[in-house]
Amino acid sequence: MALYELTIKQLSDLLKNKKASSVEITKEYLERIKKLNPELGCYISVCEDTALEEAAKCQALIDREEDISPLMGIPVAMKDNICTRNIKTTCASKMLHNFIPPYDATVSGKLKDAGTVLLGKLNMDEFAMGSTNETSFFHKVKNPWDFERVPGGSSGGSAAAVSADLSPFSMGSDTGGSIRLPAAFCGVTGMKPTYGTVSRYGLVAFASSLDQIGPISKDVEDLALVLNVITGHDPRDATSLNIEYPDYTKALVNDIKGMKIGVPKEYIGEGISPEVRKSVLEALNILVSLGAEWEECSLPVTEYAIPAYYLISSAEASSNLARFDGVKYGYRAEKFSDLMELYCRTRSEGFGDEVKRRIMLGTYALSSGYYDAYYKKALQVRTIIKKEFDRTFDKYDLIIGPTAPTTAYKFGEKSDNPLEMYLGDIYTVSVNIAGLPGLVVPCGLDQKRLPIGLQLIGKALDEPTLLRVAYAFQQNSEFHKLKPGL
Amino acid sequence: MSDYEIVIGLEIHAELSTESKIFCSCTTQFGGEVNTHCCPVCLGMPGTLPVLNEKVVLYAAKAGLAMNCNIAEYSKQDRKNYFYPDLPKAYQISQFDLPLCSGGYIDIKPGEDTKRIGITRIHIEEDAGKLLHDEWESGSLIDYNRCGVPLIEIVSEPDMRSAEEARLFVESVKAILEYTGVSDCKMQEGSLRADVNLSVRKKGQKEFGTRTEMKNLNSIRSIVRAINAEAERQIEEIEDGGKIVQETRRWDDDKGISYAMRSKEEAHDYRYFPDPDLVPVMLTSEEIQNIKDTLPELPDKRKRMYVKEFGLPEQDAGLITASKHLADFFEEVLKYTKNIKAVSNFILGDLLKCLKEGDLEARDIPFPAQYLGEVVSMVDDGKISNTIAKKVISIMFETKKDPLTIVKEQGLEVVNDESALLETVKKIITSNPQSVADFKNGKDKAFGFLVGQAMKETRGKANPQILNRLLKETLEKL
Repeated sequence: MALYELTIKQLSDLLKNKKASSVEITKEYLERIKKLNPELGCYISVCEDTALEEAAKCQALIDREEDISPLMGIPVAMKDNICTRNIKTTCASKMLHNFIPPYDATVSGKLKDAGTVLLGKLNMDEFAMGSTNETSFFHKVKNPWDFERVPGGSSGGSAAAVSADLSPFSMGSDTGGSIRLPAAFCGVTGMKPTYGTVSRYGLVAFASSLDQIGPISKDVEDLALVLNVITGHDPRDATSLNIEYPDYTKALVNDIKGMKIGVPKEYIGEGISPEVRKSVLEALNILVSLGAEWEECSLPVTEYAIPAYYLISSAEASSNLARFDGVKYGYRAEKFSDLMELYCRTRSEGFGDEVKRRIMLGTYALSSGYYDAYYKKALQVRTIIKKEFDRTFDKYDLIIGPTAPTTAYKFGEKSDNPLEMYLGDIYTVSVNIAGLPGLVVPCGLDQKRLPIGLQLIGKALDEPTLLRVAYAFQQNSEFHKLKPGL
Repeated sequence: MSDYEIVIGLEIHAELSTESKIFCSCTTQFGGEVNTHCCPVCLGMPGTLPVLNEKVVLYAAKAGLAMNCNIAEYSKQDRKNYFYPDLPKAYQISQFDLPLCSGGYIDIKPGEDTKRIGITRIHIEEDAGKLLHDEWESGSLIDYNRCGVPLIEIVSEPDMRSAEEARLFVESVKAILEYTGVSDCKMQEGSLRADVNLSVRKKGQKEFGTRTEMKNLNSIRSIVRAINAEAERQIEEIEDGGKIVQETRRWDDDKGISYAMRSKEEAHDYRYFPDPDLVPVMLTSEEIQNIKDTLPELPDKRKRMYVKEFGLPEQDAGLITASKHLADFFEEVLKYTKNIKAVSNFILGDLLKCLKEGDLEARDIPFPAQYLGEVVSMVDDGKISNTIAKKVISIMFETKKDPLTIVKEQGLEVVNDESALLETVKKIITSNPQSVADFKNGKDKAFGFLVGQAMKETRGKANPQILNRLLKETLEKL
């Protein structure tokens, strides 16, 4: 097996046993990126020189056996909305096409300290707004399973890079499904942790109350290793939870006897493709064979989750993205005669259509006279959705369902109809609205050989249960080992 | 004009004297080189997040308690969205519908009776940067040093009826903020500034008239001038059959007039909403009580103490305690002399005059309290006269030298030498025959004139007792 096919755990074992060096591994990835990225478009920036330097430094530590922590010497790639010191962080937008932050996101710092080697920055929908990666200013990302299809979004580059073996794991961000949807479409494992467990400091904000950074990897075991590094209280993020964080690898137990699973009927009823539905039910059968039980439950407010999500996220985005005005950094319009024109031209030229659409929607929702009817109403729906989940978790250990109604669709298929595209977020947005953890594992392929993702939703801070069930599932199935065959 | 009543409400912005900014650890110090007191957080760089400085809540709650407000156990921070280059995030973090403090008051004394001015609310917010238009022809430059410096905004009820009441209110607020250590209130550095809401109505009319708002007045003098000018403008407008338009106006202190900036129709929609990057501000009733218990002495209490313990007239006590720095200085002087009345007179008469001439505040007194104590003692010991003392104070103010040195260097000691003084007396008698004759004819006033002439001759240095005695003796012998 080639080095690039291995998991973090396998690479780490090789490093510990001196059977491979970090430099070797990094080189192999850089070569593969050089070969495949022009076609796939996963990376916006590749850090060729610094990656090899970092790898050599890590290897020196490993050689002296000073530090052989689980991520030491392992390459990583980050979504391009996570700030990396002295490395361009563009949010896939013309607005920030030249922005080099003089600071690291907390997550970037933690991964650096853990000894990871940064391969580069990954493509995404502009400012994380989109489900297809078609809104990137630079180029689109292709789904490694079918180059005519979208990788899902907004962390499309993050999911496609892991799926195509262009990085052993990656970091994404999830505001309404942006880690889980592309993980499902690309056939990889991904997680949106509980809101507040991973610092948002240095994540360029889309919707502050919903955004959460999370990992995408080849399997659940790797996910736990990465969670151990990136979670934790951060005094620089007021919404970061100051609690005791567990060792997530302890949850990797192949025993789920008696586990009670709720399957919302709203998630497997109308609107879902029969193939996805079938695959989800088969996955549930595997879990039943391992001693778990499942039954249908109901989350009746699901139909209001999408309007609530688009109001809250757009309202926050309209304010968060106001700072991109051409005054201090990033893109500035070349021609202007006064301040108003500087603002208007910079923002008209610097933002793409989808971003503008959301800014306008959000600005409208917050305007005086409309605030109560839209933003405030959406917050009320948010409260009800939280309560519904609480009630459901009184009865079940976790909720399981599909990640998206369909498998990956073709480029252009939905981009002309934003509303239809927004509906594809139906199973993922509620999790962000309620701040819960959501984990996606591959659970099969449809007839076109496109991956299907199973979504596990847990109580707040109950990542261990999700990891445990997903781990047992992967111990007893081979779906996560299926490859696009590049 | 006397048919009209002026209705005034104030919004006072005060910079808190915390060491670091409201959402990051940058210093709040005034006067650093441009753009040196900032970091990615206060510059609102992509991905950075604000974390509330707890001291800001403490300071604001202190101000609220000192102004008799209710302190909210639950309040939140909101974003006020608008575009301007001095606001790097394009929103100001402020408090909208749930401020930290509400429902307070301050008592002022415009005449014989006390008047209560309501405080609607006090909330916390961040300051913006500063645009520099000068010396840059093709555009403007921005200094972000002030960006993120913590402010409180104190909003009064429309309870004031004259510029004088507004002045007393601002002075009271200033004194309270200084006393509690919440703000240093340096108006010339912009750390205290006010917006004036003003309307006029016919006396006896119940409803308020349409109001205008004048923004960013940064001295008490300009507040008073702006109020008088705006009231006059509004009354004239109404008398001429016109209507007052609800609008924001800019006061030009140099020209003494205000200009319309924008009307209500053009007013910003700030699209306030709760800042999702921050968590609610929570205080328990115990914490609030703790803050209350540790409040320092307030100006009103100090004033009453001055009247009772020091026996000062109420007005003098009020003038000294209006400034914490002045009152502190006063008490410090009393460590060096027990002559309270003399200290009070020198401070209110001479020291305040020097400050006013130099456009300075009490904190700027350039010499230590000990010096003034020494001056008073020298007068009491008959080493210098009262007149010379005034001169010494004014020299101390300029040179910062101690009084002994000044007196020595300038030869200002009292002349006690009887033979020298006798010469002077003789000289004065010879050169003022008319006054001598008047004195002999029983005009006592003439004696005073002769003493004055003799004093003048000695440049104020003559020991008054000795001079009096010698003059009397000499005149009687004639």
